[in-house]
Amino acid sequence: MGKSLFEKVWDAHVVRELVNGQSQLLIGTHLIHEVTSPQAFGMLRDKNLQVKYPHRTFATVDHIVPTNESLEPYSDPLAQGMIEELRKNCAENQITFFDTNTGSQGIVHVVGPEQGITQPGTTIACGDSHTATHGAFGAIAFGIGTSQVRDVLATQTIALNKLKVRRINVDGNLLPGVYAKDVVLHIIRILGTQGGTGFAYEYGGTTFDNFTMEERMTVCNMSIEGGARAGYVNPDETTFEYLEGRPYTPSGEDWNAAVEQWKYFASDEDCIYDDIVNIDASEIQPTVTWGITPGQGIGIEESIPKLADAPTQSERDSMSEALEYMKFEGGSPIMGKKIDIAFIGSCTNGRLSDFEEVAKYVKGHKVADSLTAIIVPGSQVVAKIAEAKGLDKIFIEAGFEWRAAGCSMCLAMNPDKLIGDQLCASSSNRNFKGRQGSPTGRTMLMSPLMVAAAAVTGEVSDAREVFGLATAEI
Amino acid sequence: MSSTPINQVTGKGVFVPGDDVDTDRIIPARFMKCITFDGLGDYLFYDVRKTELGEDKKHNLNDPRFAEASIIISGNNFGCGSSREHAPQSILRAGYVAVIAGSFAEIFFGNSTNLGVVCAIASDVDRKSITQAIDINPEIEISIDVRNLRICYGKNSVSCEIKPGARESFLSGRYDPLDELLQGADEVSKTAGSLTYMN
Ligand code: SF4
Repeated sequence: MGKSLFEKVWDAHVVRELVNGQSQLLIGTHLIHEVTSPQAFGMLRDKNLQVKYPHRTFATVDHIVPTNESLEPYSDPLAQGMIEELRKNCAENQITFFDTNTGSQGIVHVVGPEQGITQPGTTIACGDSHTATHGAFGAIAFGIGTSQVRDVLATQTIALNKLKVRRINVDGNLLPGVYAKDVVLHIIRILGTQGGTGFAYEYGGTTFDNFTMEERMTVCNMSIEGGARAGYVNPDETTFEYLEGRPYTPSGEDWNAAVEQWKYFASDEDCIYDDIVNIDASEIQPTVTWGITPGQGIGIEESIPKLADAPTQSERDSMSEALEYMKFEGGSPIMGKKIDIAFIGSCTNGRLSDFEEVAKYVKGHKVADSLTAIIVPGSQVVAKIAEAKGLDKIFIEAGFEWRAAGCSMCLAMNPDKLIGDQLCASSSNRNFKGRQGSPTGRTMLMSPLMVAAAAVTGEVSDAREVFGLATAEI
Repeated sequence: MSSTPINQVTGKGVFVPGDDVDTDRIIPARFMKCITFDGLGDYLFYDVRKTELGEDKKHNLNDPRFAEASIIISGNNFGCGSSREHAPQSILRAGYVAVIAGSFAEIFFGNSTNLGVVCAIASDVDRKSITQAIDINPEIEISIDVRNLRICYGKNSVSCEIKPGARESFLSGRYDPLDELLQGADEVSKTAGSLTYMN
């Protein structure tokens, strides 16, 4: 009987069983950023421990960097303190740091892949829950807590329970105007925010076969929103093509040997999954969240659910809490909700292809006067290429602000924040209460093009209509 | 460094209503601009407790009747969202030692266990009776028996679930795995040596 990629990677990295039944798992690649690592370095110092494999840890700064001021010291002394602490920790421990002056800084989940650090058949950990993004390459990538960051620094391992594997097949062609973001919002809508507990998600099927690496990353990124600790796609020619020639990928003779090894890790056809879910790609609509969990999503043409439709009391309670917070009425159409802020960026949708797609359609359109719209590249590399292609000019011309790389408005640890109960059309991944910085701020998750459509009309809109996408061809 | 085994945790309870209590609610991101975990206890559930002007909202967490509580009782999928250890750290530093919920998000659960914060799963019905009991009498003592998987409150007792690995770790005092991981150094080198990309 064959094995899944998850099992093969697990078997290659498991060190031994621990007394409590967990496994000690080797973490091949460790990514760190400024928010969850300083305390771990502190713990190491307290215990007089060294970083065991400094050359397998890579650092970047993303959450706290302002996207509209480039000179240090930053206006926020706490942010300045955090970046300096990371600089110090990396220097003292010989850790590679993609600092703001390197031209390679950016959101950790954008930087890893674009530098070629993220590779198939590896284990990756980062003190950040969206680490599953790296699974797009056929890596098993875990988000970990700070004590575990300490464990990886000190031992290059973590204690972990083995996960089950759920295969999610999406087959067929997506309709025009439907994107990877809609696929993952749809998956979470169907399986729920807790559905993935105890599982790694293996995404496959013809839709994924045809996806670019960036599309695969968008889906893997939000595995955690579906409760899954890890999510991945089997490596294939698309993966290898993306990786070839990147700064940290093997080259020359080593390249061919690496590709051969990577191929081995792909799930065997006769492997047995713990669960299988099949989804028809043509059923997926442009999806928008109306509530305060990523599972509260609906197709753009649908209405916000009514309390009376909730099947259980506990769902009714969640719904009523969400409706109250979002100031929406059950039964009202999602289309037409007035937007205050439009945000395109984040580790879910802050990559070049996201910007190319938006640029293609917003050309000739103008952002509505009533709102602020910002576009934030996921990394300095993305920014540079986008600028070389002139995308920044298209956005600025259309009335968007073009910013510097960082997490920006995905969460409130830098100057980009919602104010009061502003409603934000956002290409990010979380719509929790207060997520975007104001305790009463409201977030609606959607694809970058849907955010652009909302920016142009000032309200939640169907991008296919706004930009005249060829719906007639269906 | 084995820590002291945790066989049982005891304390008064406070009910934090709602399913999907996410980590942004437990500790809003704006309070994570720090390089140590000290002081995080002050910001636990900040936006749940405070208005935008910093005034107390009407909430059990502000109710003096529950001021001495050290066990949180909540809904399903507690701790969903980010991997920030700031969440269990703020719970611990605010003086709480355990959370009883319908279910827990995985990363939160692991982070809490590493810190010795006991996460016990109890059914909807049982949690409801516990919360009713503490609502009538906040002084009631709740105790979570880690070995026998029972929650006692007042004269009542119900069963609970603590994931096997975590339960063993509490009972043996090995919930912080670092020492055990360090002991495996030779095997780690062996495994690392077998992987081309590690070298
Ligand atoms: S973009 Fe958002 S989700 Fe991604 S790493 Fe930054 S804060 Fe986290």
